[in-house]
Amino acid sequence: MRSDLLAISLSGLLLTSGCTTLRGTGDMGIVVERADGRVKVVEHTGNTELASISGLGDLSHASAVYSRDGRYAYVFGRDGGLTKIDLLKGAIVKRVMQSGNSIGGAISQDGKLIAVSNYEPGGVNIFDAESLQLIAEIPATYDDGTARSKVVGLVDAPKDRFVFSLYEAGEIWVADVTQPENPAITRYRDVGKQPYDALLTPDGRYYMAGLFGEDGLAMLDLWHPERGVTRILPDYGRGEEKLPVYKMPHLEGWAIAGNTAFVPAVGRYEVLVIDFSNFSEKARIPVHGQPIFVMAQPASSQVWVNFAMPNNDTVQVIDTETFQVIKTLKPGPAVLHMEFTPRGERVWMSVRDDDRIAVYDTTSFEQTTQLPVDKPSGIFFSTRAHNIGL
Amino acid sequence: MFLILIVLLSLPVMDVVADSSIPTAKRQGELLHLLRHDCGSCHGMTLQGGLGPALTQEALAGKPMEYLYLTVRDGHPDTPMPPWRGLLDDTEIRWLVTQLMQGVQNP
Ligand code: HEC
Repeated sequence: MRSDLLAISLSGLLLTSGCTTLRGTGDMGIVVERADGRVKVVEHTGNTELASISGLGDLSHASAVYSRDGRYAYVFGRDGGLTKIDLLKGAIVKRVMQSGNSIGGAISQDGKLIAVSNYEPGGVNIFDAESLQLIAEIPATYDDGTARSKVVGLVDAPKDRFVFSLYEAGEIWVADVTQPENPAITRYRDVGKQPYDALLTPDGRYYMAGLFGEDGLAMLDLWHPERGVTRILPDYGRGEEKLPVYKMPHLEGWAIAGNTAFVPAVGRYEVLVIDFSNFSEKARIPVHGQPIFVMAQPASSQVWVNFAMPNNDTVQVIDTETFQVIKTLKPGPAVLHMEFTPRGERVWMSVRDDDRIAVYDTTSFEQTTQLPVDKPSGIFFSTRAHNIGL
Repeated sequence: MFLILIVLLSLPVMDVVADSSIPTAKRQGELLHLLRHDCGSCHGMTLQGGLGPALTQEALAGKPMEYLYLTVRDGHPDTPMPPWRGLLDDTEIRWLVTQLMQGVQNP
């Protein structure tokens, strides 16, 4: 009886998936091949490629979020495409063109909604995660209501909320999507000039937007939204000459270690250390270039940093106790992105101009494996399914 | 007669000088790569726009060469458009801007 049941369910799966064995998705992920509109489905137990999926359009600056079961990835393309991918089948489930030009997205706490932030026309679109049917549009209007702002730094926040920033308008908006077809917007004006990206702390409490146009960061405490947006590190770098920024830093991977946060400085070859008990500047760590991603290795006191050109062949590792650079690595030309395995023993890095993924051991700092991938950019492991704000 | 000979002799030399006003073929390839991938991080890989505006032929139509050249060389202060003079020389910037004005093909 029991073996019969197993036989039936197995053959059902064989029919639908074409797979020969059952597997979970917990060690799976995708790598974006930006130039070819393609993603590779990968797994990080044996460090191999499982499938290659084409037809995703312009993937420069593409990012992805995961369904809560870790089976589906939602990929946000630059050309406004939103593509739902089935990791197990290695295939596109659905694809919609939802705007002219988009930048990223988020999935709601309950996994039912996908929000996409758009540059053109500026705003946020909300979709049903199952069907990719459009549910609501939130135009990012400002001034007299005619101008539309580019939207950046979109994250999901607890209690059916999406939070995002308006680049030209200098505003932060909180959209309550308890009634998804009718989002309720709270606007915070004059938060600072040119917010360019944002992050949510892993506990879902603090939303922080980096400002390009002035010093410091705009912070909203989501436990106390009535307190409004405050500025932190307002005097950072005042009066100092800024270096050219050849690539915008990313805040999504901000490293929070204990009571301190490690963030990229803008226009300076420094990583900033923020003391979270009073939101003051604790230290500045001199590094090799303009930091792009500053990411905490999940299982240690390491923070890994990559850089904008012309220093983008280098990755540095900072110790979060001593604030010292403890390792300088040269993975290859144009290291665009890094992703740690969930427990931190290895890190995958996209080496764009060498057309490969380099896999490093985070204890020995040696490269253990590499995978050929055409112009790799973002790497997104399915672990993201279970992290707030990712 | 002697004068004419000098002029003739100097012609090939002038050609060489003219050549150095465009980057070598290898460098052109690198510059196109830079345009798509590094300028592309803000302007979109297909140059249709992103944080920065579109750099397609249509989008740039009517904008003076000199304005575009100075934009790339010196950047636009108080915006994310950085000055490229530290990484690219004048010849390279002029060549890139010429490509943009003529329209860059997407492979
Ligand atoms: C870090 C982001 C960023 C990068 C990288 C970047 N740009 Fe820009 N660029 C911008 C922004 C933002 C503007 C708009 C500036 C403004 O509002 O005045 C701009 C404007 C321009 C303009 C003027 C367009 C117009 O219609 O007036 C040109 C030309 C240009 N960029 C060329 C380039 C080239 C060539 C490169 C690569 C060598 C490049 N940019 C790299 C952000 C960037």
